[in-house]
Amino acid sequence: MSNSEIEIVVDDPTAPEADSPAVTDTRTVEAVVCLLLLGLAALLGYDNWRTGIGWDSTGPQAGYFPFYLSVILAGASLYGLVATLLTSREAAETFVTRAQLGRVAAVFFPTLLFCLATQYLGLYVASFLLIAGFMRLIGKIAWWKSLLTAFIFTALMFVTFDIAFDVIMPKGPLEAAFGY
Amino acid sequence: MEAFGLLLHGFAVLMTWKIIALMLVGLVLGIFVGVLPGLGGPNGVAILLPLTFTMDPTSAIVMLSSIYWGALFGGAITSILFNIPGEAWSVATTFDGYPMAQQGRAAEALTAAFTSSFIGSLVAVLLITFLAPLISSFALKFGPPEFFAVYLLTFCSFVGLGREDKHKTVISMSLGLLLAGVGMDTVSGQLRMTFGSSDLLRGINFLVAVIGLFGISEILLTMEERLALRGHAASISLRVVLNVWKDLPKYWVTLLRSSFIGCWLGITPGGAIAASFMGYNLAKRFSKDPESFGKGRIEGVFAPETAAHASGTAALLPMLALGIPGSGTAAILLGGLMVWGLNPGPLLFVEHKDFVWGLIASMYLGNIVGLVLVLTTVPIFASILRVPFAAVAPMIVVSCAIGAYAIQNAMFDIWLMLLFGVVGYVFKKISIPLAPFTLALVLGSRAEDAFRLSMIGSGGDMRVFWSNGLVGSITTLSIILLFWPVIDQAFGRVGRLWRPLKTTG
Repeated sequence: MSNSEIEIVVDDPTAPEADSPAVTDTRTVEAVVCLLLLGLAALLGYDNWRTGIGWDSTGPQAGYFPFYLSVILAGASLYGLVATLLTSREAAETFVTRAQLGRVAAVFFPTLLFCLATQYLGLYVASFLLIAGFMRLIGKIAWWKSLLTAFIFTALMFVTFDIAFDVIMPKGPLEAAFGY
Repeated sequence: MEAFGLLLHGFAVLMTWKIIALMLVGLVLGIFVGVLPGLGGPNGVAILLPLTFTMDPTSAIVMLSSIYWGALFGGAITSILFNIPGEAWSVATTFDGYPMAQQGRAAEALTAAFTSSFIGSLVAVLLITFLAPLISSFALKFGPPEFFAVYLLTFCSFVGLGREDKHKTVISMSLGLLLAGVGMDTVSGQLRMTFGSSDLLRGINFLVAVIGLFGISEILLTMEERLALRGHAASISLRVVLNVWKDLPKYWVTLLRSSFIGCWLGITPGGAIAASFMGYNLAKRFSKDPESFGKGRIEGVFAPETAAHASGTAALLPMLALGIPGSGTAAILLGGLMVWGLNPGPLLFVEHKDFVWGLIASMYLGNIVGLVLVLTTVPIFASILRVPFAAVAPMIVVSCAIGAYAIQNAMFDIWLMLLFGVVGYVFKKISIPLAPFTLALVLGSRAEDAFRLSMIGSGGDMRVFWSNGLVGSITTLSIILLFWPVIDQAFGRVGRLWRPLKTTG
């Protein structure tokens, strides 16, 4: 059996260190999320109250059902807020360490830029830039591999969606130059 | 035996080269997303959904459900070879699967996992074949109050039976129901919660939310972890397969018990995760030699895998019969039905016979083809893990964006997806469950319509939900389930089996 086995080893050189200091703990985040949800519940509740939460000749008005849901949401978030504040500070776990946050930001911001680029350059150009840039700058993969992978993947997507399946994606100046 | 005839008809629908090819493509894509870290069943189905927009519903559902089977199979590969559960429901598989791989019995463990997956699904599909038509014909007599009561039952059982903090489940669910109401009110035509935005007018699309919540947030979460891995590559020879199969009858009790647990938990919204742990724990508890579990016992692979797959498959039963998904992935499939212009619910069995029976037949066929496919191609899929995550991550992001945009051709949806990605990331880290949110978002408007129609029918009298035996007992059951934790405590240890116990791996 053992001779048919090959060991697979993949390394992660940029892995976050285990001893990185915590940026924030779950207790703080939970409290903030509960506050935000409370605010959202108040906002939506107000809007529904304006729409009408009473009854008219045809039954409940449009705001009736969502209004009571925002009351439930508000209640649950308030409970969460109080419960979080009552737990001891020591019991809180790390929400994210600094090294982890760095890695998350390294995906989040490229994704954000990608969405922006999609808006102005079209999805395919943005996709090429994201894949090539991400592989090269974050993954430290050789330029030619990054560019080639990005090109093949983007071309494959274009052929699959825009040509084969007729699912039309947002386009920018480059596609316009080619007449799409 | 009417079901049997219809099932044969379903097979006849499937037997075209196009559908078989789509099934294979779906299975391969599914195994692929199951193996990749940071992607799983619901994500894979959500991201690949746009591929099916221009297909006819039958081809589309066959492809999507094949992706789902593939993902279920794929999760086992990484659990056993690398000790990395590709899916939460594969965690229990690592307890004995990885030790087996370390002892050089990887092929045996993989065969056991795939075979038991197959058995679990098969039991659940048999259940669907014979039970779903009965339930749906029964549900045809339902009026709005009955439907609302069933929706209420679904939501309440999530709160009462879920393992998370109750208030977090309530937050997740009420948020989902609220967001489902954004946009034009279907009954009165009034706008609500749009704040004058023309983009919110369309409402918040369920699939866009799912792609963000599961796809984007999962990438953010995956990046946090150390992505290095070390494991075994294995190929499966026919001799090993036959050896494992020869021993199968010895474990029939475990297989049957796990299938039963899986079916039960799959129909009630408990999910595959709970089922796999429960299957494992019960196998350990009833074993003559519980000490040997966790050290590479083949039964420890059979038990959780059978349960997880039975549950994953059984989750489709309430979706088909009542239009209520039993799991996150089933909810996405339900969202797909609506995109293809089908109205989920009991009428599906009457109006779209080809579709329903094609789907059920594809469950049989997909599982058989899937079993053969994974048994023969494991080495290829295991080596996918060599592809660096820095190359996989941006491709997943692009696929997510394509998926989100394609649903309504709106750039706004790509931004919404990003927002939901962040929300999903934060929610997962503070353990607010996402499944109730998903379910609420997909069922929200129908639950509201059912409620308002019942109210209109009764003239605003809440007693309509207790107006006859059927609706009354469903409503009462919902309320019991909502307060189940309290009742459970009162009744002592009866409910202990509902929660997966902490096991030492």
